[in-house]
Order: sequence, then structure tokens, then C-alpha cells
Amino acid sequence: MDDFIAARAQMALSLGFHIIFACVGMVMPFLMAFAHWKYLKTGNEIYKGLTKAWSKGVAILFATGAVSGTMLSFELGLLWPGFMKHAGPIFGMPFSLEGTAFFIEAIAIGFFLYGWDKFNKWFHWFCGFLVGLSGLASGILVVAANAWMNSPAGFDYINGEYVNIDPIKAMFNEAWFPQALHMTVAAFCATGFAVAGVHALLIMRKKNVEFHTKAFRIAAAFALVGAFGAPLSGDVAAKSVAERQPIKLAAMEAHFETEKGAAFVLGGIPDEEKGEIKYALKIPKVLSFLVSNDFDAEVKGLNDFPRDEWPPVAVVHYAFQIMIFFGVVMICIGSLYLYSFFFKKEWLTKNWLLKTFLFATPFGYIALEAGWTVTEVGRQPWIIYGIMKTADAVTPMPGIQYSFYFFTAIFISLSLIIIFLLRRQIQMVPRLYDPTDAQFNSKNKKS
Amino acid sequence: MIYVVIGFLWLSVCLYLILGGADFGAGIVELMTKKKNRKYTEKIMYESIAPVWEANHMWLIIAIVILFVGFPEIYTTMSTYLHIPLVLMLLGIIARGTAFTFRHYDAVKDDWQIIYTQIFYYASLLTPFFLGLIAAATVSQSINPDAKTFLDLYIFSWLNWFGVSVGFFVVALCAYLASIFSLRETNDRLELNLMIKKSQQTMIFVVITGLLVFVTAYFSDIPLVKWVFSKPLGVMSITFATMALGLILKAMHNKKLLPVRALAGFQIIMILVAATYQHNPDIILLGNGEHLSLLKHIAAPKTISALGWALILGSLFILPFLFYLMFSFTKASSKKL
Repeated sequence: MDDFIAARAQMALSLGFHIIFACVGMVMPFLMAFAHWKYLKTGNEIYKGLTKAWSKGVAILFATGAVSGTMLSFELGLLWPGFMKHAGPIFGMPFSLEGTAFFIEAIAIGFFLYGWDKFNKWFHWFCGFLVGLSGLASGILVVAANAWMNSPAGFDYINGEYVNIDPIKAMFNEAWFPQALHMTVAAFCATGFAVAGVHALLIMRKKNVEFHTKAFRIAAAFALVGAFGAPLSGDVAAKSVAERQPIKLAAMEAHFETEKGAAFVLGGIPDEEKGEIKYALKIPKVLSFLVSNDFDAEVKGLNDFPRDEWPPVAVVHYAFQIMIFFGVVMICIGSLYLYSFFFKKEWLTKNWLLKTFLFATPFGYIALEAGWTVTEVGRQPWIIYGIMKTADAVTPMPGIQYSFYFFTAIFISLSLIIIFLLRRQIQMVPRLYDPTDAQFNSKNKKS
Repeated sequence: MIYVVIGFLWLSVCLYLILGGADFGAGIVELMTKKKNRKYTEKIMYESIAPVWEANHMWLIIAIVILFVGFPEIYTTMSTYLHIPLVLMLLGIIARGTAFTFRHYDAVKDDWQIIYTQIFYYASLLTPFFLGLIAAATVSQSINPDAKTFLDLYIFSWLNWFGVSVGFFVVALCAYLASIFSLRETNDRLELNLMIKKSQQTMIFVVITGLLVFVTAYFSDIPLVKWVFSKPLGVMSITFATMALGLILKAMHNKKLLPVRALAGFQIIMILVAATYQHNPDIILLGNGEHLSLLKHIAAPKTISALGWALILGSLFILPFLFYLMFSFTKASSKKL
């Protein structure tokens, strides 16, 4: 394997995994704090058990997210020293703030997990909530750094030199708000669906039904907010991409020729050589409308750009289609749930509804990974859009493929262990977490 | 502002060495305990690190962020030429952190515990060893960007006897810190005596490996003796560290545990002062004669000032909260609560 490809593969893999841990770590604490709040308000012990059960999930995933994040802060330099040498001082601001947020998160999680019955109950609750809040802040700050790569700001690039550096301007780059908004909403959507799906399965098994139903309702509510928020935030993101990186938008839509009243392309197989797309469903004028609120606006096509600046069109296009597809499916499921909730209460306990949610467990994360692929692969061949090519940033050290194999092995084993651990937590629900269960043994619980 | 940034860099390295080091040490001490005493040790060690370990490891991230934002050339030089030991250290960090969490959060306690525990032990050993190796490489002039072959560029940049002995020295320091810190977490006299014996053993280990560092430096033509003893501050810090050793032994004998802890922390600070002050402000001495300096190889002024402010504001948030966390979970305070 070529060193450059190996480095890209390793980075993609590391981020691909980290993004999952990080998003769960961002959203799960809010689920947990919500259940905890219900417990403090109602005194219902089930909510307490649920809070504890979820907090164990948070602990496991936070630890994994923390180590994979530590790895990434090294990998940036290990794999892309050419990039970090120049970019570090410019886009580093959000990282230094993120350090604080992350630190607070780690402290708050210590207080929360080990602080049951030790502190004032509202201080304890607030620590749980703070885990989510600082996790969210971390996520938003890290996205600022990524957004800078898409929309470089806060410096002047003159004769190959980076001058007039202003890290604050770099942090508030144009892409930050749209990207961070869409990412946050997507994290809620993905985690909400994943957690709801797992609890739906457990309800169907007819054990600890009340416990899992309460869990399911909370998770589904978060999933709904995400599912309906995703297209709205996605619209903001797409408009911003169209303005800043028209070539990325063109690749997303496999849009080759510049035209007025451009059609919105669904599906299809793009052919980069011939510059056309086959078997696609085209909705006339909609792309123009989506990017500029005008059905007849001009949308730039790939052919307007030099060939060596094209991103891999097929990858970006397929990833975008996958994201849209799963996004739409999740909106449908969300609407169905809302309809049942308000008009057909009896549907809520029906197996087919639960099965739908079970089926949708990975949908949010599939869409999230696909969306991330659009952002990252769509930026290629640039690592700093329009300034530095990814190929110029890679480490001079040969043999990166072995590093890639090594990291792949680590990530695969980590994921397997996490799945295994979460399964075991779930198996222990009757004994450790559900106070209404006959097997429940309060001495058993370790907090 | 650059001095604020350097101060925070030093502080986070120092705190990582003391707090993170004690964490690694916990695994090493458990590993070196005889089987029959392991359960004890595990419990004591667990109680002393569980609530704070996540926070302890944040210091490394802070140090790395300061490096890549404020001193990009230093960061990229290290990450290019010390790629391999850094990856191995990372492996240690990942394996250790996850194994520790998994050991505790696996809802079913069965034979898997043995696997987690083994991983935890060996990762606790691996990580500080490579940390020491990396630190040694920055001053041993073994990194040479002008070298031509793969071996010279990426292997012998860190693999030498001096590095190995510094690695062992850091391992010894971690074990020493952990056993000292755990003294106050013990529940009865039996446990306390056990841990005091541990502390004395690890202390001997520190002294031996420390001497080894000087010996290997001598044979590798690294003027370590000259660096440390040619400046008054170096002589002073080594003297203080040695004097603290005597005081610790005496305080342990009298079962005065808080001073023991404070003195051990002080020793580490002194050792770090001696190790870093000698060629301050140069942080990396390259094999081609060039030096990378904390005052010269820095980011643009605006970046440094923004970074400095971010660190100051951040620490205002973090430090009180962190001390409260540490205070809340020490044995003494939990008895009070």
C-alpha cells in the first residue's frame, strides 16, 4: 500500500471511530441527565436505575472516546507533519479551548459516577448535565478546526508563507456555524435512534418492560429532535458549501455542467470520464432552489474546475445519497412515532412499531458517517482548501501501511470489546438496574 | 505571554508526570506484588485512582495542544522522527485506559477480569517506559534530520542505551509515586505496613535506575553530569531531591503520611527542574548541532497571546473544580462526609 493512501486510510479510520464515540459521549449524558431529573422530580426508582444504567454506558464510551481523542491529537502530527507545522498555530485556538471543555467533562464525570449519595443531589445532577454540556462544547470546538480546513481564514498566504496570523478569526471561519450545527443535530439524531433501537429490542423480549419503555420514550424524543432538525441544519450547511466550495457541491450532486435551473439528482451512477450520470432521478430546478432560493439560479458544474482539483466524484456522490436516504427514512419513522404519540396511543406498544425502531438502530450513524465522508472526501485533494494539498502534508516516514494495519487492529478490537461490554451491561439490567424486577439486588449495585 | 505558555507547558508535563505517573505506577505496583497480596493492593490502588484517573490524563492532552499550537516545529519534529515510540506509547495509553475502565465497568465479573488486568498491568509498564525514551531522545542529540537511512532517521533517533535507562527510570518513578500516594488510602496497619515496604522497595529501584541514567549518559557521551552540576539550580534541585528522600523515610517511620506525599511530589518537581533547566530554553537538541528553542521556534505572536489567554481562563475554570474533585475523594474527606 502506498504511504500516502495508508496515511489517509488510517486518518479516516481513526476519525470514523472517534466520531462515533464522541457523538455518543456528547448525547448520552443528556439522556442520562434527563432520566436523573425525572427521578429527582418523581422519586420513581426506575428512573434512578435507568440513570445508573446509562451512566455506565457513558463511562465506557467516554473512556474510549478520550483515548481515541488522545490518539488523534498525536496522529495529526504523526501522519501530517507538513500540515501541522503551518496549520497548528492558525487553527489551534479551538483545540486549546477544547482542552478546557474536555478537562471539565472528565472532572464532572468523576463527580457524577462516584458521587451518588455523597453530594447535594442537585449538585450531583448538575455534574451529570455538565458532562453533556462540556462534551457538546468540545464537539463544537473540534468542528471549528475541521471547518477551518474547508474554509481557511485568519491568515494571508503570500509567496508560500503564512503571514498575518489571527487565530481568533481562524476559529470564527465561515464554515464553523453551519458545520457545527449540522454535526450536533446529527449526533442527537444518531444517538437517539441507536439507544431507542436497543431498548425497543429489549421491550420486545418482554422483560423489564416498564424500565425499557421509559428508556425508549426518552431516547425516541431525542431522536425526533435530531431527525427533524437534520434537514433544516443540512439546508444551512448545503447553502454554505455551495458558496464556499462549489466544487464540493458539484461532486455531491455529480453535477458536471454549469447550468441555470439545475436539477436535484437522486441516486444514479456518475461516470467521471464521460462527465455524466446514468440512471439518476432528476427533479428539475430543485438544486438551484436549494442552494440559492431561486429556481433559475446558476449552479457551477465540475467541468468549470481544473481536472486535478476534482474530489473523487463517485465517493462523494454516493456518500451524499446515502446520507439523504437514511435521513429521509428517519424523518418518516419520526413522523410515524409522532402520529402514534398524539393520535394512536395503542400503536406505541405494538411490535411492528418497535421493530421499525430496532431496524433503524444504525441508521443515524450510517447517515452521520456518510455525511462526514462528504465533508472530508469532498475537500480532497486539499487538506487546507485551496492552499495546501493533502499529498504535500504527509509524513516523510516510509512504512505507514504497517501503522495503518496496527491501528485497524486496535480499533476493531476496541469496538468488539465495547459491544461485548454493553451487551453485558444490558444483560444485568434485571439484577443491577431495574428495582421492580424480582432479581433486583440493591447490594449488588456498585456505584 | 510566551512565558505564560511555557509555564503552562511545564506545569502540564509536571502534573502529568506526578498524577498520570502515579496512575501508571498503580498498575506497575500491582504487577510487582506477590499473588497473595494482590487483592489488597488492587483495592487500595483502585480507591486511590478511580475517580481522578480520567482527569489525570488530560494533562498530556493539554501539553500536546500547547506544543502543536505554540511550538509547531517542535511538535512536528518530534512526531516525525519519534513516530515509532510515540505510536507504542499511544498503544500503552489506549490499552491502559480502556482496560482499567472495562475492568471496573464490566457488569459481569468473570474470567475476563484476568484479561483486563493483564492488559492493564503491561500497558501501565509500557507507557511510562516509552515516555522516558521519548524524553531522552529530545536531549540525547540522537534525532538527526540530515541522516540518510531509514534506520538513522527513524530508529536510532530514539533507540539507544541512554533512552532505555531513562525509560526504566521513569517506570521506577511512577511505581514509587503510586506506592507513596497509596499510603493514605490504606485502611489498617497491616495494609499500611505492606505499602510502606513497597514504597521503600520502589525507592531503591528509583535510586538504582537514576544511577543507571548517569552511567549510560557517560558511555553515550552525553554530558549529563556537566548539565546538571554546572549550574547552581541543578545542584540545588538534586540536593533537595536527595534530602527529601531521607525526610520521607523518617516521616514514613513516624507514620506521618501527608508530608510523605508532599515530599514525594516535591522530589519529582526537583528532578524535572534538574532535567529541564540545564539547557533551557532549548527543548530539543538535534544530532546535526541545531537546537529547537522554546523562545525562538514559536508560533506567531497573536497565536501565542490567544493561547496564553485560553490557558489562563481555562485554568480558572479547571483548577478549583479539579481540586474539589481530588479533595472529595480522598479517604480523609470521605470519612468526614
